[in-house]
Amino acid sequence: MQHGKYRFIVGFLVVPLAMYTIFVIWPFIQSIYYSFTDWTGLSPDFKMVGFGNYSRLLDDDTFWKSLQHSVLLALLLPVVVLGLALFFSFMLNVGGRRRKGAAIAGVQGSGFYKIVYFFPQVLSIAIVALLFQFAYNPNSGLINSALDGVGLGSVQPEWLGDPDLALWCVMAVLVWSQVGFFVVLFSAGMASIPKDFYEAALLDGASRVTTFFRITLPLLWDTVQSGWVYMGILALGAESFAVVQIITVGPGGPDGSTSVLTLLVYQKAFRDGQAGYATTIGVALLIVTLIFSAVVMRLGRRERLEF
Amino acid sequence: MGSTSAQHTNEGLGRRDVIKRSAAIGLITVPTMGFLASCASSDSGTDKKVEKGKTSAQNPLGVNETAPLDFVLFDGGFGTEYAKDSVALFEKAYPKAKVKFSSTQKIQSELSPRFNGGTPPDLIDNSGAEQMDMGVLVGKKQLTDLTPLLDAPSIDDPAKKVRDTLRPGIVEMGQYDGDPVWIMNYAYTVYGVWYSQTALDKLDAEYPQDWDAMLALCAKAKKKNIAGWTYAGKYPYYIPFSLYPFIGKIGGREVLDAIDNLEPNAWKNPAVKSAFEAYYELFKKGYILKGTPGIDHIQSQTAWTEGKALFIPNGSWVENEAAKTTPKDFQMKVAAPSSLDSSDKLPFGTIWAGGGEPFIVPAKAANPQGGMEQLRVMLSEAASKNFTTKVKSLSAFNGGTDGLTLSTAMQSGVDALKLAGDNVLNPRLQDWYVALQKEKIGTGVLGELMAGRITPAEAVKKAQGFADEAAKDTSIKHYKHQ
Repeated sequence: MQHGKYRFIVGFLVVPLAMYTIFVIWPFIQSIYYSFTDWTGLSPDFKMVGFGNYSRLLDDDTFWKSLQHSVLLALLLPVVVLGLALFFSFMLNVGGRRRKGAAIAGVQGSGFYKIVYFFPQVLSIAIVALLFQFAYNPNSGLINSALDGVGLGSVQPEWLGDPDLALWCVMAVLVWSQVGFFVVLFSAGMASIPKDFYEAALLDGASRVTTFFRITLPLLWDTVQSGWVYMGILALGAESFAVVQIITVGPGGPDGSTSVLTLLVYQKAFRDGQAGYATTIGVALLIVTLIFSAVVMRLGRRERLEF
Repeated sequence: MGSTSAQHTNEGLGRRDVIKRSAAIGLITVPTMGFLASCASSDSGTDKKVEKGKTSAQNPLGVNETAPLDFVLFDGGFGTEYAKDSVALFEKAYPKAKVKFSSTQKIQSELSPRFNGGTPPDLIDNSGAEQMDMGVLVGKKQLTDLTPLLDAPSIDDPAKKVRDTLRPGIVEMGQYDGDPVWIMNYAYTVYGVWYSQTALDKLDAEYPQDWDAMLALCAKAKKKNIAGWTYAGKYPYYIPFSLYPFIGKIGGREVLDAIDNLEPNAWKNPAVKSAFEAYYELFKKGYILKGTPGIDHIQSQTAWTEGKALFIPNGSWVENEAAKTTPKDFQMKVAAPSSLDSSDKLPFGTIWAGGGEPFIVPAKAANPQGGMEQLRVMLSEAASKNFTTKVKSLSAFNGGTDGLTLSTAMQSGVDALKLAGDNVLNPRLQDWYVALQKEKIGTGVLGELMAGRITPAEAVKKAQGFADEAAKDTSIKHYKHQ
């Protein structure tokens, strides 16, 4: 019965594995190869430059600034987004006052809130960024007008025009656009936690806070951990690029204050005609992403709870 | 956005940018780095040049009359109609040639694989947010020298060479290194200080010809709650459109040339500091529209057309771009920068003007003669007039505005060029060193200076630092004024 098992498995896996190799692994290898060349992206001839691009990377102030911003985003965004999402989804699913018949329930109107939270997720990130670009307009934008409206006419920041605020503005957009997804994800996770646990806790007189930390969070840990990695990669990758590219000064400024690695890859490849150097930055980004995932997986490792 | 496109690389989200950006997002994530890679590896490198035709008086470039022509146009604010009209003229002259005309907004992502594969089109309008870096194309010998075109007789007057029918600076702008002319800029842009005659009339003022008058006018406007200046705060590399000719006017053409040549201490010329100080004073006295550092080109232009500010540094595309928000009685005009004082090296009227909408013929094009001939057709008086009528911009063809009714903006551009005479400056930083101009000098120095976060002295130091870095950077090709 056992013999031929591997042949059987391999037979099924060979096609997907080949596809994965061609479309995922091979481009990675190619990119690493091109990071050792002076390829411009605009002409077929290039030559090997050894570690030239890498030593240039180490001297590139813009790179270090971008790296710093990317790492900051990867560390901070998951905390804020997942924290908010956990809070919201707990309130939507478990946190309500007890009503007749149900041991646990969400707050009043939770069905409606779920839709509202998810709403940003159906908009493309480009549209979200555009909306916020208008909101951040210091003269006629929503935010400053609102400040004006509540009597704070003297507080009129330049938002994206201010190097101290610009990166936080970008983060706020990312938080706004991502929280909804995780609310839905965690809600689904919470729905699979047996109600008896909560009932037992309630009988013992546990408060909402206790219920959350003693029951919900531990049982949701796997989901939180995947969410953490996912959010970190979003923060390092496409989403942060889109927002920075669309709304910030320059883009990448003012004075480089919002530059991130993905933006730098784009600028080097498509603005400066330095595709080889761009792939070098791409490799650096790859390394950062891998380190991030490894660290999160390691730190987040816990005993699996069965239920 | 039209001719501006050369200046618009990577900036705010114009109408055409949304799609491009979302595509770029997809391209840029780590796994798709391979996209970049796959472009390079498709090199076939075969040379499939068509045979050259016989030269004659009608066909001075020797176009092969049966060879197909592949023409890719950037579809920006100027649209595609003007080019299609010219293609029709070409087809009339060469009925047996099949012209494959296409237009796109994503020049680089569509064309770089063709460059890498050795099968580029015969004529390209290399413009827009995804413009391919000209310095790199020239450096990697990807372009055809357009000198035969320039030396060919013009369509209208066989006694005149095409070269002699062009506006000042056009030929020079197509050169990077030595004599070859790599680029033919088809549009002609007047850069400077843009204003509304109506707004000035309301303040009972003339356009200020010197800086004291400028400050006095701004003070007057401020009393009526109107800001003196605004600019595209999110893209501070618009500031040079009036600042660079101002510097050149104060210190002479050599100052700007030295800056373009990345000479040591070029930015330390006293003219630069005086100009910086003058502009900084606008900030210090509160003559700059509040919130300007946080708004983009469209928002600043809108604030300007709404009458919230008097002056804006811009180029002649602004008429088309701001048309939607411009009131009927706005009377848009452009002027050369005001004099700083009487010791300025160049007279009032000194202005920045130069080509836009750069057309190139790739070195590996199958039918380079066809590409050049198409350009020759476009540079005829009829095609140029058609362009000016349709897109409200001057073309590289000198003249051709007689008998046309020009808007106040275009008329003021023509007048400004007349007033300037030979004093037309053409700083090259923005096409030679895009990253230096936009990211470093633009947002890093001028944006910070105008927002009041650094002083003029610091700005000079910072600019010099960036220029020195660029001069030392061996990964970029360096150019010099001839």
